[in-house]
Amino acid sequence: MKFSISNMDLFYGDFQALKNINIEIPANEITAFIGPSGCGKSTLIKSLNRMNDLTEGCKITGEIFLDGENIYGNIDVNALRKRVGMVFQKPNPFPMSVYDNIAFAPRTHGIKSKFKLNEIVEKSLRDAAIWEELKDRLKKSALSLSGGQQQRLCIARALSVQPDVLLMDEPTSALDPISTAKIEELVLKLKKDYTIVIVTHNMQQAVRISDNTGFFLLGELVEYGDTQQLFSVPANKRTEDYITGRFG
Amino acid sequence: MGKRALIAVTAFSAIVWIILFWIVPLPVIILTVIAWIVLLIFNKELGAKILFIASASAAVIAVGLICVFLFAQGIPAMLDIGVLNFLTGTDWRPTWNPPLYGILPMIAGSLYVTAGAILFGVPVGIFAAVFMAKFCPRRIHKVLKPAINLLAGIPSVVYGYFGMVVLVPFVRENFGGNGNSILTASMLLGMMILPTIITISEHAIRAVPPEIYDGAVALGASHESATFKAVLPAAKSGVTASVILGIGRAVGETMAVRMVAGNQAVMRMPHEFLSGTRTLTSNVVIELGYAYGDHRAALIATGVVLFAFILLINTMFMRIRGRK
Ligand SMILES: Nc1ncnc2c1ncn2[C@@H]1O[C@H](COP(=O)(O)OP(=O)(O)OP(=O)(O)O)[C@@H](O)[C@H]1O
Ligand SMILES: [Mg+2]
Repeated sequence: MKFSISNMDLFYGDFQALKNINIEIPANEITAFIGPSGCGKSTLIKSLNRMNDLTEGCKITGEIFLDGENIYGNIDVNALRKRVGMVFQKPNPFPMSVYDNIAFAPRTHGIKSKFKLNEIVEKSLRDAAIWEELKDRLKKSALSLSGGQQQRLCIARALSVQPDVLLMDEPTSALDPISTAKIEELVLKLKKDYTIVIVTHNMQQAVRISDNTGFFLLGELVEYGDTQQLFSVPANKRTEDYITGRFG
Repeated sequence: MGKRALIAVTAFSAIVWIILFWIVPLPVIILTVIAWIVLLIFNKELGAKILFIASASAAVIAVGLICVFLFAQGIPAMLDIGVLNFLTGTDWRPTWNPPLYGILPMIAGSLYVTAGAILFGVPVGIFAAVFMAKFCPRRIHKVLKPAINLLAGIPSVVYGYFGMVVLVPFVRENFGGNGNSILTASMLLGMMILPTIITISEHAIRAVPPEIYDGAVALGASHESATFKAVLPAAKSGVTASVILGIGRAVGETMAVRMVAGNQAVMRMPHEFLSGTRTLTSNVVIELGYAYGDHRAALIATGVVLFAFILLINTMFMRIRGRK
């Protein structure tokens, strides 16, 4: 297991956003979180790399283990975020060149050699399947790319620090169908080397790409298991109602 | 808008115009009169519109008038002296016979104190802005912000006074010379441009979308690297604009510089930063009171050069704003 979450509660001030979450996320598989808006999917995924630390008033109890180590224990948070990369809902490239976007994190972590940086930039862009499109535009501003290219650039940027895990919070919700298909294809390819956790509003997407699916409702994990199983024979009535489109 | 308010606006602008430009208040007065006639007799909407146009054009006409008068008197003087002689002459001797009107010492003086102000003011200002936007606890921000606004509102003569009683002796005792120097003026100007740089830069840094910061932090960057390497570069155009506005303020500053710079109209080299210097602005204000004839015209021509500098700086500012 890559992540094991046990008895986790999360509060924003007095409001409890996650209630007694227990979940195991296997390595080198794609795990999808689905559920209606406001059910706590983003909140949970942000707890996995401690981005919630930035939110004032956010308090977590229970435990989250990454490879057996409690990430809310006494650990180096920056090192954790290096291991657990994140791709956001809205593409958020830095307003600098394509090259500098990818080289940002390696530079921040102390790599200075031009040769090494070139190597990382090329490898990350290749892994994100966008090298061919961008290899002649490395000096161009990242903001001049299309939305889909920007999102794949952000994936490449996340890969630049060689993480173990990729967290993706609705990575395709701002994109057109063609860009979405490209990203899904990429995610399937990346699964070989990375553990991927993806939040999606699109149930077809969850079916297409994920191995496991968790269904959330009002801060609770209602059902979690094999994707095919969950969508064909849901164990819980509420899951069935949701995936057949009866609410949410 | 009520009729009474319109009357008040008209009366006010008429008075301002007559006071400011008793020579050529005509265009605006005529426009205003036409506006009132239209307003009362024909069409309220149209009349009000013309009135607004008259008010708006007032600003444009003001700039135009300043240009016309400045150039009408300054350019012929410059041609008379010889443009090259005027701009590159290193001797300013208005009392000699024949007089010499070279303003290179003053151009250099303005450049030196402005460069010095940049040296002292820009790094401190940018760091302060970063601190205020990203590092300082809300409690401290509540004190700092009004303090900086206050700094912006202090009249320059008060800065000059502070320079005379604090900076001049400080420079004299610690660095030598008599204290009235390029260095002193630079330090004082550096202080004076701080509020401009801090306020505008802080605003620019705060305007950077939080996703940029989050993106950097999610890559394992510390708060410091995320701020300095991702957020600050994203605020680059705003920060640059703040620096240019600051430079504009430094070039145009007159009173405070005059009070601490020594004001010798002598060509200085950069290594003589402990000697006094005279800037374009001080040159005008020091001598205009008693100058007449060619001397007076040469001073107005000095103003033309100053105007050109400011125009250049403003153009740069607009360019950078536009590039966003
Ligand atoms: N910073 C915050 N402070 C207070 N409450 C918050 C904060 N962020 C989220 N919440 C609340 O926590 C709950 C879960 O939010 P979350 O963003 O995780 O939902 P989500 O499942 O990702 O929804 P969506 O599908 O709309 O993205 C919501 O009720 C939300 O209002
Ligand atoms: Mg969400």
